[in-house]
Amino acid sequence: MSDQLLYAMEAGLNGLMAGVMYSLVALGFVLIFKASGIFNYAQGVLALFAALTLVGFQQGQIPFAHLLNTIFGTDLDSFGWTLPAAVAILLTAAVMVLLAILIEKLVLQHLVNQAPIILFMATIGMAYFLEGLGDIMWGADIKTLDVGLPQGINETVESVTDRLFGYGFFIDNLDIVATVVAALLVVSLTLFSQYSKQGRALRAVADDHQAALSVGISLRFIWVLVWSIAGFVALVAGIMWGAKSGVQFSLSLIALKALPVLMLGGFTSIPGAIVGGLIIGMGEKLFEFYVGPLIGGATENWFAYVLALLFLVFRPQGLFGERIIERV
Amino acid sequence: MFYREAGDFKTSYASDSQTFPIRFDRWRYYAILAVAFGVVPFFINDYWANAVFVPFLIYAIAAIGLNILTGYCGQVSLGTGGFMAVGAYAVYKLMTAFPDVPILIHVLLAGGITAAVGVLFGLPSLRIKGFYLAVATLAAQFFLVWLFNKVPWFYNHSASGQISAPERAMFGVPVTGATATAPVKYLFCLAILFALAWLARNLTRGTLGRKWMAIRDMDIAAEIIGVNPLTTKLSAFAISSFYIGVAGALFFSVYLGAVEVGEAFGIQKSFLILFMIIIGGLGSIFGSFAGAAFLVLLPVLLKNLLVGQLGWATDLAAHVELMIVGALIVIFLIAEPHGLAQLWRLAKEKLRLWPFPH
Amino acid sequence: MKKTLTALALAIATATPALAELVVPNMSYRTGPYAPGGIPYADGFNDYFTLLNERDGGIGGEKVVTPECETAYNTEKGVECYEATKGGGALVYNPLSTGITYQLIPKVSADKIPLYTPGYGRTSAANGKVFEWVFNYPANYWDGASVAIKYLLEENGGDLNGKKIALVYHNSAYGKEPIRTLTELSKKHGFTLVEVPVDHPGQEQKSQWLQIRRDKPDYVLMWGWGVMNAVAIQEAANIKFPMENFIGIWWSGSENDVLPAGDGANGYKSLAMHGTGMDYPVYDELKKFVYDAGKSSGVGDQVGSVLYSRGMYAALVISEAIRKAQELAGTPQITAAQLRDGFEALEITEARMAELGLPDFGQPFAASCADHGGPGAALLQQWDATAKKWSLITGFIAPDDEVLDPLIAEDSAAYAAENKITERCN
Repeated sequence: MSDQLLYAMEAGLNGLMAGVMYSLVALGFVLIFKASGIFNYAQGVLALFAALTLVGFQQGQIPFAHLLNTIFGTDLDSFGWTLPAAVAILLTAAVMVLLAILIEKLVLQHLVNQAPIILFMATIGMAYFLEGLGDIMWGADIKTLDVGLPQGINETVESVTDRLFGYGFFIDNLDIVATVVAALLVVSLTLFSQYSKQGRALRAVADDHQAALSVGISLRFIWVLVWSIAGFVALVAGIMWGAKSGVQFSLSLIALKALPVLMLGGFTSIPGAIVGGLIIGMGEKLFEFYVGPLIGGATENWFAYVLALLFLVFRPQGLFGERIIERV
Repeated sequence: MFYREAGDFKTSYASDSQTFPIRFDRWRYYAILAVAFGVVPFFINDYWANAVFVPFLIYAIAAIGLNILTGYCGQVSLGTGGFMAVGAYAVYKLMTAFPDVPILIHVLLAGGITAAVGVLFGLPSLRIKGFYLAVATLAAQFFLVWLFNKVPWFYNHSASGQISAPERAMFGVPVTGATATAPVKYLFCLAILFALAWLARNLTRGTLGRKWMAIRDMDIAAEIIGVNPLTTKLSAFAISSFYIGVAGALFFSVYLGAVEVGEAFGIQKSFLILFMIIIGGLGSIFGSFAGAAFLVLLPVLLKNLLVGQLGWATDLAAHVELMIVGALIVIFLIAEPHGLAQLWRLAKEKLRLWPFPH
Repeated sequence: MKKTLTALALAIATATPALAELVVPNMSYRTGPYAPGGIPYADGFNDYFTLLNERDGGIGGEKVVTPECETAYNTEKGVECYEATKGGGALVYNPLSTGITYQLIPKVSADKIPLYTPGYGRTSAANGKVFEWVFNYPANYWDGASVAIKYLLEENGGDLNGKKIALVYHNSAYGKEPIRTLTELSKKHGFTLVEVPVDHPGQEQKSQWLQIRRDKPDYVLMWGWGVMNAVAIQEAANIKFPMENFIGIWWSGSENDVLPAGDGANGYKSLAMHGTGMDYPVYDELKKFVYDAGKSSGVGDQVGSVLYSRGMYAALVISEAIRKAQELAGTPQITAAQLRDGFEALEITEARMAELGLPDFGQPFAASCADHGGPGAALLQQWDATAKKWSLITGFIAPDDEVLDPLIAEDSAAYAAENKITERCN
């Protein structure tokens, strides 16, 4: 095989892996959109908040230390312990559930039956708030997230491909882990929504709020549930991305990577988020590989959107979205 | 009591359908105009102009532009930052190519160029709707920013890709560049804003505005009663982009003086202007002003309060500021989902009856 | 309306100047995407002035105040900060952002306030003939690019012919700065330059590093800032790029950038315009007068880090310029214009650095009317992942002025023509 083709295969394969990372973020959007019709702008900030909280717990930081020190003149810094990763993850998940309950109680409950753009706006307000809250609780400096995920080139893949093609492919271990985790997440979410009682209630709500209410499903419980799950998905995304680049403000910008994935896959489809992620990831890496050098590189930011736009022109509801039926 | 319409009789259709049919409103409007044009310029200093008024006026222009597209025509757009960049780079190229032409002409031409680009990126709106369209306009946002960053012709081959506004004048008075004085900058932006807001108000209550609103309320129904979706949507994109392009041109030339495309016209700007019109009120010219004022003034106010008055550390203040702005957005939405404009309307309603509500 | 009025009233209240003190505004960013870089810099900057106030009672008997203003690395907030502080008798600005610098250059020239941008900002401001109010000594981006190449020349016995060097850069004004210099240098020394742009913020760099893995450049240079640095170093470790052939500019060489990559970052090199670590006598005094007295800026966990040292260095140069200006003006109460003269007449010798408790920390330099850029020499430092410490591996290396001077002259001439500035110092 020619070198060029091998390189393209490698770029494409890495693109698929990167796509999985995008899907992880997109999943959170889809869950909430499906259950409540809210386009949740705060999803990226949720991921940042989750990762910050996780690191904070792990390193035994005292939340709000800076604020307390300023107001009371104390000199607090840390509890002086370090928690094992698993405990910290459980605690963080609990915090995310708490957050979901608060969001439902304080915000969503008061906005039932509003237009989608209003709900979207409310999530923007929440994003601002959480961004400030996360920084005040844990500080704005960069933090290293270490929950024992492997990183670096996967030697097995490299040696196998080297033997087969004479060129060792580069696959990052972290990406492999992310792929496995994403697969597990999707399978468990599907099982949950197909077979558990709450899952069925969730689907009923997604189908028709009014009808679900009239058969006795608690809308409020479902919203808390779905925001908790979205918070958990944000935690997973935060861990994966945080392991890559450290935990800091920029983490919240990963939401931008998820938007074209959503457009392509459709706002309402969980498999769509995965397939969309794969297509976007592979498309942008191959485009960067083949066309990037001709036009100066750094094309990834916009190419994903243009690709999604092209798909949309032919299928305005996204690949897996529910068909838009228009009546007068 | 203080705000009433009793005794305010109309004897012609023209006076009945004027913008401010209530006498009190009309006087208030004239008073604000008089203060804005006649009083403020004598008291304004560099801080007030550069940190408060000029950004407010420019954001108000952009917000009116986006409100035409989103509030009146129902097409959600997140490409505002990209279109502002088109305006900024257009005015830069024009300014440096034709140094002797008055700057106002450059600004308006830049708006025209942006309108053309806006129509081009508006084409997909004929097929894509709602949030899908919003995300699709992000393609324009990212592509335009990348383009201006990549092609050296746009920034006259400068080493770093920064563009800087040289000194340009209007009637011999410098408007851009470091020697432009605060009142000149302020009046230049104010005059443009006034003209554009007046134009927008009259467009939106004319045939074109009614067509836009028909498309917004239900596009299929509008099509059936004979509104052409192609020309209507594209005209909204064109006019909206013109406003946004003018705002971008002013933002670069009068306000900042030097910009870097990714930083000044990034995705954050698109979101910011969308926030302005949603907080202010969709489909309301007053709402555009209110939203721009809210998001420009509130952070400055909070910062001065927390850092200047209470003496907090700047980082803490910045974080608290974010939390307060976020919380206020949510509280406003819960109190009144249709924005500040609706709150204002309700307040007027209350005032009309006050102090005898029954 | 009411809200507007309150805002107006409050902002007026805060714009009142503090009299009879030396005002050096600290335009910092402790929030936003670049906060991890801005925090230590601002802390170092503040702590040094606190030391002067506590130990010596200020400079020449005048206390120095450093009102902080948060810019979040955002140009609009930068303008707000500039306008808010300039009325308060601000003597000099140091915004730590190339974007804000570009914006302030015309403004400070009109308002006659010096702008000090050590190691960043507009490179051609080194030409004092055109940029009267801007100073960027001791070194700038083009110096950095040239020093890196010179170091590589030394490593390769003076010959880079046929070598391939990749430049990974932040796709912004800042990142593009060195390209012109490197292109010139590649012509002179015969190496090939591969440009690899990374868009803000730079969390996803897989394809860039796959490209580097395929192309196998001999060396990689990096012009990054913020999260981009950490990700790049991580990815370089992932593809097993030999770290000792990977050199970052001084803004890509702080603890924040290497720590997230753990052991993988071992051997990574970066340029430095000053020493680092806590082995300097000044820290004993800082500890005594500032840290132990509970007067340190921020949380105090950044002491001794690379960016903390840089903030301290900037404060040191500014304080020396103030001292010089006081000497020239014959009064401790100087104005911004007098401080400019101080900057222009500033000379920092090795002996003076030792006296200040920072022997061999920075290079000696002397400014002049035409020279606002200093000698531009830089050190190289290398990261030791086990000790979690940067160590210096070279002395100061001087840049290749033969290549740089014409470039600076060309760029500043273009600025002068655009803004109708006549050259000074003739």
